[in-house]
Amino acid sequence: MTAPRDLLTSLQCPIPIRDYPTVLLAHGGGGSLTQMLIERMFVQAFDNPTLEMLHDAAVMDVNGARLAFSTDSFVISPLFFPGGDIGSLAVHGTVNDLAMAGARPLGLSSALILEEGLPMEDLWRIVQSMQAAAAEVGVPIITGDTKVVDKGKGDGAFINTTGIGLIPDGIRISPTRAQPGDVALINGPIADHGIAIMSVREGLEFETTIESDSAPLHDLVAALLGAVGDGVHVLRDPTRGGVASALNEIAQKARVGIRLDEKAIPIREQVRAACEILGFDPLYVANEGKCIAIVAASAAETALEVMRGHPLGRDAAIIGRVVEEHPGRVFLRSRIGGLRVVDMLSGEQLPRIC
Amino acid sequence: MKFVDEYRNETEAQKFVQAIHQVTTQPWTLMEICGGQTHTIIKFGIDRLLPEEITLVHGPGCPVCVTPLELIDKAIAIARRPEVIFTTFGDMMRVPGSEADLLSVKAQGGDVRMLYSPLDAVKLAQQNPDRQVVFFAVGFETTAPANAMAVWQAKQLGLDNFSILCSHVLVPPAMEAILSSPHNLVQGFLAAGHVCAVMGYWEYEPIAEKYRTPIAPTGFEPLDLLQGIYIVVKMLEEGRWGVENQYVRAVTREGNVSAQKLVKQVFQVCDRPWRGIGVIPKSGLCLKPEFADFDAAERFEVTGIVTQESSVCIAGEIMQGLKKPHQCPAFGAECTPEHPLGAPMVSTEGACAAYYQYGRVVT
Repeated sequence: MTAPRDLLTSLQCPIPIRDYPTVLLAHGGGGSLTQMLIERMFVQAFDNPTLEMLHDAAVMDVNGARLAFSTDSFVISPLFFPGGDIGSLAVHGTVNDLAMAGARPLGLSSALILEEGLPMEDLWRIVQSMQAAAAEVGVPIITGDTKVVDKGKGDGAFINTTGIGLIPDGIRISPTRAQPGDVALINGPIADHGIAIMSVREGLEFETTIESDSAPLHDLVAALLGAVGDGVHVLRDPTRGGVASALNEIAQKARVGIRLDEKAIPIREQVRAACEILGFDPLYVANEGKCIAIVAASAAETALEVMRGHPLGRDAAIIGRVVEEHPGRVFLRSRIGGLRVVDMLSGEQLPRIC
Repeated sequence: MKFVDEYRNETEAQKFVQAIHQVTTQPWTLMEICGGQTHTIIKFGIDRLLPEEITLVHGPGCPVCVTPLELIDKAIAIARRPEVIFTTFGDMMRVPGSEADLLSVKAQGGDVRMLYSPLDAVKLAQQNPDRQVVFFAVGFETTAPANAMAVWQAKQLGLDNFSILCSHVLVPPAMEAILSSPHNLVQGFLAAGHVCAVMGYWEYEPIAEKYRTPIAPTGFEPLDLLQGIYIVVKMLEEGRWGVENQYVRAVTREGNVSAQKLVKQVFQVCDRPWRGIGVIPKSGLCLKPEFADFDAAERFEVTGIVTQESSVCIAGEIMQGLKKPHQCPAFGAECTPEHPLGAPMVSTEGACAAYYQYGRVVT
């Protein structure tokens, strides 16, 4: 029996198999291959208006309350790194996704996929770290699941956390709300997390230890919303794919252009040096405690003050502006005054030969 | 950041831009040899700051770009063997072979690892005596000393499970090939700073003399490039030729003599095919007979390779400075960094990737 024609068509993989017969690491890298997978496969298959927003957290109306709902899996290697571990990261990651919808976290789930042979001592450290991170945020871990896979079929431990949060009245954060005239801020130096992980993973040694910036941003976001309220148009945490990919997503969703000033983007000396050595562009390196805020021009100065007054925003800066020109694209004014496009991360960043 | 910020100073850069504008009275075509230089030019928008009389064409100095397709196919075949740990610099991972790249070999279960130094591959061979460790030794004179050192160490250690798949290339023969071509457009060169840091610039003096061409060994920061362009344009305007060193903080006339000695000890000059360009006589380095045991191409019998280049890719013309990336019909359409048809779209040093990443798409 042959299937009806429309069913056959709908079962065809929307990503040409001839291009990608297998999943590549870059499909999970947060750049354009990830975006292609999400937009051409997942959004088409799951097809609904909430998903289509492609916000860090889905926003649902439940009997008049607006709930934010988000999930994230953590597959980081090594499990323990300078500035954090997979446990604290799993809590911060989901709390931050909720915060990017303006939500206060209400509860988290924790699903562990453990590899046979993981030292119990390591597991205990991870669990304690999750509990400490959740207690610091003030969010309970209210449900969970545990699976164990054969040795060699996992990387020690994978963690999935899902979170639910409540969005205060009057807050309407959405990637589509970026509009010409708005100002882009970030709460501190970029690329710490990616470089911290890279240095441990690759055994690179620098004069100082570079620490991950992994931190929960709900409190900083609450302070921001408390001060400028609806003046906050978009929030985004630039994790995988970095600041460049996050801003490109915003520019594309809102059909606006974004203009960055390279000199204004905060970055630590040692992180910049590491990026120079490895041939990485810090704009594409992951962050785990950073928040890009697109705010109304009238709210920009207040937003900057509030960020700088918060422990996680001392080095906050205005890094760019939303413009009418070149909709969907991000431009950067280089240090010497030339202008260039900042595109989505394409594939993975690979260290260069020389 | 010290030793970086000084060379990215906007006021200083503007001074050089003005000086270039003042000295330029007629059209000139300059080639920067190295892909790292191309990258800086496009990343900082330097070409957009220059007088319109000056055309910069992008040279062949991108190691992954010029590595022959046949060798990449060989690498892929070797990497697929179960006993092999195949090691390589990062940006070789995505260079398209005839039907696959090393990243997809890795995705299919091949043991392909990214390293930062060939010496790490030697260590890996020591740690894994029951596996064959192969290092993909590509690059110009810059990477040759480290690769020579790896082979030399492996020989001292008596390692019989280490080998290199070698495709070293040399800059001066490529420059001569460009200059002697009847289609040549290039009137002056920015020589590759890092290559010259190893080799010195004495090799370039006869070329400058023979072809009456100004050559300036040049660094990789925006101010380096601007100063290098200024030096070459000034020589052209004054009707002079010869070698004038811009990159004095790293390059001497003699270069790194001990590195050169080591390279000579392990490698010998041979003819070498360049991807997209063809065979250039005496343009490569191969292992000397006494180190032939470390040649992966000999150790692993790889037969039945039929190479298939993309029919639309114009990488060869781009690397000879005859065309610019956006003049390729596939640029940005069938050919993107996620799905490269030719090697220059892969590495950050490739001209096509630099054009694509920094938005030089003519629409």
